[in-house]
Amino acid sequence: MSGLFDDPNPNLLVGLQTADDAGVYRIGDECALVETTDIITPLVDDPFLFGAIAATNALSDVFAMGGKPVTAMNLVFYPARNIPPEVLREIMAGGAEKIRQAGACLVGGHTVEDDELKYGLAVTGLIHPDQVIRNSTARPGDILILTKPIGTGIVSTGIKAEMVSDATVGEACRWMTTLNDLAAQIMTKCGAHACTDVTGFGLIGHASEMALGAGVTLVLDLGAVPVMSGVAELINDGLVPSGCYRNRDFYSRQILDTRPCRGQEPKAFPADELIPLFDPQTSGGLLIALETESAETFLRTAEDRGCFATPVGEVVATRGHTVEIC
Amino acid sequence: MAKTVDARGLSCPQPVLMTLDVIKAGNTDEISVLVDNEASKENVCRAATNRGWVIADISDESGEFTITIKKG
Repeated sequence: MSGLFDDPNPNLLVGLQTADDAGVYRIGDECALVETTDIITPLVDDPFLFGAIAATNALSDVFAMGGKPVTAMNLVFYPARNIPPEVLREIMAGGAEKIRQAGACLVGGHTVEDDELKYGLAVTGLIHPDQVIRNSTARPGDILILTKPIGTGIVSTGIKAEMVSDATVGEACRWMTTLNDLAAQIMTKCGAHACTDVTGFGLIGHASEMALGAGVTLVLDLGAVPVMSGVAELINDGLVPSGCYRNRDFYSRQILDTRPCRGQEPKAFPADELIPLFDPQTSGGLLIALETESAETFLRTAEDRGCFATPVGEVVATRGHTVEIC
Repeated sequence: MAKTVDARGLSCPQPVLMTLDVIKAGNTDEISVLVDNEASKENVCRAATNRGWVIADISDESGEFTITIKKG
């Protein structure tokens, strides 16, 4: 798409160039709009829960920029013959609950007849132009913090196969309906250098985009990356979504696994235990880069305020690849 | 007697589910699974291995894979 959207407008603070989470447009010296949209297909049967997950997922892009969502619009695609109005209502009720919880207003929306049900939001947020947290500004020496465990794509495949425990589904849904609002507030206060939310490209993919944008290498400590319970069993049972393999095929060229045992079997690269890191996430957590002292403050504040956060690695000067696994 | 699972045209997790159904039925010790994408191929191999079966052969004919699995 490059070349199509190279808008020279100086008020466009964040455009498409760095694959960031949302666009940012300055409307005054002290105010910029953060704009994003996201639509997903159902991954759970409960329509209210699906609506809540889709809305949490769409709102996340505003939080990932450090913004505060102010308005949202429903985007609903549905097969009129198969979906009764009360189901649509429940989906939008789930979405509305999350919009309210995020402190934003629902201002309208649009419905389209389609073969497959999809729901999401177009969200507008506000931010001070000097406080925009990009995905492309991590610095060597930064600590990387992740604010949700990974594994929603694999769990969703397990749900489709009806081969997943209620406990695992419950845990994944709890994470997918957890707003990234608190994490965003804390990172803004702590002066984070860079942030992205972990979604369709998986943890490695988004880490890779962060690294490319800043010209650095992100070192991820595999053992420190939190993975949802039940995910390892689901992988063994062959319940890995095709998007996860696509991410692996694409990003494995840019990464280096430096763990001591790897050199032995080059054919096994990337190793199976890396699969969760390629898993496409719905409504994933924030991956945040902060200098060491700020990271300590972040972790302390997050704990005090009941926000999950854990260090997963660090940023180093470029080593010729985007992501290194240690 | 060898059985065949034709999961061409289907996406995950369907090929895995169809393979597991035959494994669980327990009346064969060799299954040929036909899939037409890499993700299904890898997932079927994982599921079979996890149930103690062995991947005896994988043939590729222009993107259509035949995975032969045998009871371990």
